[in-house]
Amino acid sequence: MAKFVVSRRKFLTSASLGVSGIMLSGCDAFDSQLRVGDGLRSFLEGANGLTWRAQRLLAGDALAPEFTEADIRQPQRPNGVTAPDDDVYKGLLANNFADWRLEVSGLVEKPLSLTRDQLMNMPSRTQITRHDCVEGWSCIAKWTGTPLSLVLDQAVVKPQARYVMFHCLDTIDRSLSGDIKYYSSIDLIDARHPQTILAYGLNGKPLPVENGAPLRVRVERQIGYKMPKYLRKIELVDDFATIGGGRGGYWEDNGYDWYGGI
Amino acid sequence: MESVARSQSTVGPDTALPKDATLIYRQSRWTRLTHWLWAISLFFMLLSGLQIFNARPQLYIGKESGFAYNNTVFAIGAENTANGPRGYTEIFGKRFDTTGVLGWSGPAGQETSRAFPSWATIPSYYDLGTARVVHFFFAWILTTTLVVWLVASLINGHLRRDLVPRIDDLRRLPRDIIDHARLKFHHSREYNTLQKMAYGGVMFVLLPLMIITGLAMSPSMNAVLPFLNDLLGGRQTARTIHFVVMLLLVAFFIVHMLMIFAAGPINELRSIITGWYRTDPPTHGSKTPERSA
Repeated sequence: MAKFVVSRRKFLTSASLGVSGIMLSGCDAFDSQLRVGDGLRSFLEGANGLTWRAQRLLAGDALAPEFTEADIRQPQRPNGVTAPDDDVYKGLLANNFADWRLEVSGLVEKPLSLTRDQLMNMPSRTQITRHDCVEGWSCIAKWTGTPLSLVLDQAVVKPQARYVMFHCLDTIDRSLSGDIKYYSSIDLIDARHPQTILAYGLNGKPLPVENGAPLRVRVERQIGYKMPKYLRKIELVDDFATIGGGRGGYWEDNGYDWYGGI
Repeated sequence: MESVARSQSTVGPDTALPKDATLIYRQSRWTRLTHWLWAISLFFMLLSGLQIFNARPQLYIGKESGFAYNNTVFAIGAENTANGPRGYTEIFGKRFDTTGVLGWSGPAGQETSRAFPSWATIPSYYDLGTARVVHFFFAWILTTTLVVWLVASLINGHLRRDLVPRIDDLRRLPRDIIDHARLKFHHSREYNTLQKMAYGGVMFVLLPLMIITGLAMSPSMNAVLPFLNDLLGGRQTARTIHFVVMLLLVAFFIVHMLMIFAAGPINELRSIITGWYRTDPPTHGSKTPERSA
């Protein structure tokens, strides 16, 4: 039986070398295969479709947890664009959004153009929920708004529609082909979910500019980037491949998963 | 022991033991396959997880993150000082200078403000979206593997035979701790007490806790299992636990590597690749077991 003895020092040296070797390989070895559009990347992204289906199966119509007034301990933290620099937006803001309209178009029987008063005269829902940013932080606040399902019912969604696209007033990025306005999309299950509201009120006051005035979406079972602010238009589509970068939203075009339930 | 006795009786008592009687089939194919799937998944989940952490390098206790009040228990950051930018790590308000590794790192002259350094994250550059894609892909692999391993180990007896602690294990524990401290290893079919505790702890405590706290951070899973965050103390506490369990898994990995190097890397690697493991030769009458590496 072959037998060899390793000295403690030699053992510790070789062991630490082995461990650091494994750690160092993390570095940039995978960078080149992980850019949007790469084969490996696309394969890994398939897991998001699995998560979407699995969570739809498990969650059904279940409600996101709601909290109490005592849980509201601070103002809602604003994120992303907090003061749109767009002339159109600034013009609407100067007039306290009297000229602002929410367009509802695409695959609907009756396209709509709603004023803020019209939206506020519809039945409303108020909910104290936790906002989870993709970065990792959370913030609890009270949101008041019109259930999106009521707006969809009024517009009468055509049966072939599969997604609700949210088009916004704020410029989030600039590209060679012009300004990129924020946009995102959700499926019709979340769109018709009772907690999905078009919010115009925050913590008992009108929605401030930094949080998305005059109107923002709340999709309580998804991450923050799926809840666009400064809403301008709701478009019902059966496919979003031809819109923007084709991945269903601004952050989605930049490599974020389309389904943000996780 | 049983198989050795049986082979002796079939070939006759005069025949010597086969030369390789010390070589035994120790790890089933399920154990080996799941081991390597975990190794790969945990590697990618750790490095993508550190990248995700970099997007918000603070940990909080409670339902939410305190911005107007302080519930931060851990933070990594960078600050300007008289000696230029420095990286720091703050644990329960106590600050440590971690320049070069945590908070402020990079090639000389090109340091940047980032919590975990470039060599410890996937991708190496800041990219939260990609890190999430990688993290959630391997989350599926890791969880599926854990379920497959559990079912296979229940059926093939790995769980009952090798992992369930026995009275004997408790009795052997002090001796086992001393042997490990002296890097003195016995190579046998069975796991020793500390091995059972370490492997059992990873399989039945750390990995399930990792999965549960991971699910607790998912807004959709909060709708499915609303009690989860109440039990854990809120989503931000769940995130903090997720991070702490990561540290424990890294600690396990380091000890695991050290023990493999100490106990004989070739033999240990062979058993987790091919299943075959060389045990210590019987020590007739000898009170001190042989030390081999």
